[in-house]
Amino acid sequence: MKVIEIKNLEKIYNSTSVPVHAVNGINLEFQEGEFAAIVGPSGSGKTTLLNILGGLDDPTHGQVIINNEDLSTLSSSDRIKFRLNNIGFVFQSYNLIPVMTAFENVEFIMQLQKWPKPKRHERTKQLLKAVGLEERMHNRPNKLSGGQQQRVAVARALASKPRFILADEPTANLDSKSTETLLDIMEKLNREENITFIFSTHDQRVVKKARRVITVEDGKVKSDEVPQ
Amino acid sequence: MIIAVAWRNIWRNRMRSLVIISAITLGIFAGVFSTSFMKGMSDQRIETAIKSEVSHIQIHRPEYRKQDKLKLYLPEAAEKLTKIRKLPHVQGVSNRIVINGMISSAGKGSGVKLNAIVPASEKEVTDIHEQIIDGTYFKDTPKRVKPLVLGQKLAEKLNVQLRSRIVINFTNAQGVPTSAGFRVTGIYKTANHNFDGMNVYARYQDLQQPSGLPQGGGHKIAIYLDENEALSQTKSKIQEMFPEAEVSDWKDLSPELTYLNEAMDQYMYVIIIIILLALCFGIINTMLMAVLERVKELGMLMAIGMTRIRVFFMIMTESVFLSLTGGFTGVIVGYLAVKLTAKTGFDLSMYAEGFQALGWSSHIYPDIDINTLLNITILVIITGILSSIYPSIKALKLNPAESIRTE
Repeated sequence: MKVIEIKNLEKIYNSTSVPVHAVNGINLEFQEGEFAAIVGPSGSGKTTLLNILGGLDDPTHGQVIINNEDLSTLSSSDRIKFRLNNIGFVFQSYNLIPVMTAFENVEFIMQLQKWPKPKRHERTKQLLKAVGLEERMHNRPNKLSGGQQQRVAVARALASKPRFILADEPTANLDSKSTETLLDIMEKLNREENITFIFSTHDQRVVKKARRVITVEDGKVKSDEVPQ
Repeated sequence: MIIAVAWRNIWRNRMRSLVIISAITLGIFAGVFSTSFMKGMSDQRIETAIKSEVSHIQIHRPEYRKQDKLKLYLPEAAEKLTKIRKLPHVQGVSNRIVINGMISSAGKGSGVKLNAIVPASEKEVTDIHEQIIDGTYFKDTPKRVKPLVLGQKLAEKLNVQLRSRIVINFTNAQGVPTSAGFRVTGIYKTANHNFDGMNVYARYQDLQQPSGLPQGGGHKIAIYLDENEALSQTKSKIQEMFPEAEVSDWKDLSPELTYLNEAMDQYMYVIIIIILLALCFGIINTMLMAVLERVKELGMLMAIGMTRIRVFFMIMTESVFLSLTGGFTGVIVGYLAVKLTAKTGFDLSMYAEGFQALGWSSHIYPDIDINTLLNITILVIITGILSSIYPSIKALKLNPAESIRTE
């Protein structure tokens, strides 16, 4: 089932004297349950593409259609609600709320969705168990390692039951062991629960795990292949 | 959850928050204390005026207060006294003959207001008997002596002391120039120098005949109540009982005291608002720093689905918590300081001359009411809300995509 459709996407930055085509005519489709990596060198446009996909940035031209909803037609506040209910985010530097425990960080997004407390607590425990952090759920981020913080971020991204998860260089700040653990968890969630993951990365360890690799260069899709 | 997060957020940078909270505490403490100091001064001035000078209510002939003439007396004042005494809240009633005359000692003279009183009744409505610093208040007077009690200021002016002979010249109710001789038997001193320099007291029985008033007549009936709250109600009742007379309360008799009270109230709020305005800039600065330090986090919150109104509410709540923590501590510390000093007061006798010339007591007892404290707390909350607007707008203008990538 088609989750995302990108049509003739263009993003031009006019902040400098010479306009920059960060995204230049990209057409893509993502199906439910994909485990896809968008790769490319720095400045290739993969983060811009991810921002537009996540409704954090507006395209100059083109459309992003998620579950038959054209993001460009949504108002700013509707787009925030859309993100809350449809998209999970995992960021490069974890971006957990430092004054909350791991449990509260995961629970927070369900509070924004106004889930009842017992359901919130049950799901938070389930998710933290799924990422192997049930023992550390009452620790604040500063008491967790980088890998553990990123696992909390994954649990938080899953909390709202999104259509798909956008992960922007999720392993960039992690050591090999943490990267391995994190990728195993995400792969398992993808395989067992059919959750769609889209990564932007230039980490070969992620690329090796991906079942679809899209290479972006100069704002264009250079290749879109399924590794053997 | 947002409220809990907001509370935790203000303790992220403990030192910075403590500095601004301390500044708010000190500011509010200063505001509460100076406010209570001024209220104490103002209340004491009113209390002194009621107790020593005007009482709560006075009854006159309608023209008397304008013309101040001896012949404008209440003919059956003594009978009125009996009726008034039966009213609820009436603690004391006194009839006075009031004569404007010239007082002379052996070498000097001065204009005075001679109050002819019944000492036992007068004790119920004024506290002059408690302010005697030399001699007595019409006590143990030899039969042939006409006693006179006068203020220390006047005694100094006339260069007289106890047992000195005094003569008062005046024109009686029939227009006949008259003089009466007295002997100084008591000297009083109130907080009001001007009052002390002007008012002398003699017995009703010694002045009734010379003044030309019939027995029981008087110019002024002074009434003292057990509580100021019963003022308007009692005044109305008395006015109904004696529609032909003019019934005035202390606010009518000394309008400057009402203005003083109102002016003090407004002045108090001006001081508090100036303090809060100054603190407002401190809070804005602190909150702005808090927002700019958390650009990445705020961007993330907006990215994952926290609406702008929630972000605004969170920043505003942090600002209000910051203000309320400091404000509430300041109010409590201020209140405790007022309560601690309310009994002992502040002795400013080194400035007594200046204070007494204005009718103020030089011993100030701070006082504050709960309404004022509530109003200050509300003003602190408003300050917190106003201070949060600029930092919140700054937060709302953040672009989530850019903010997330901020280092």
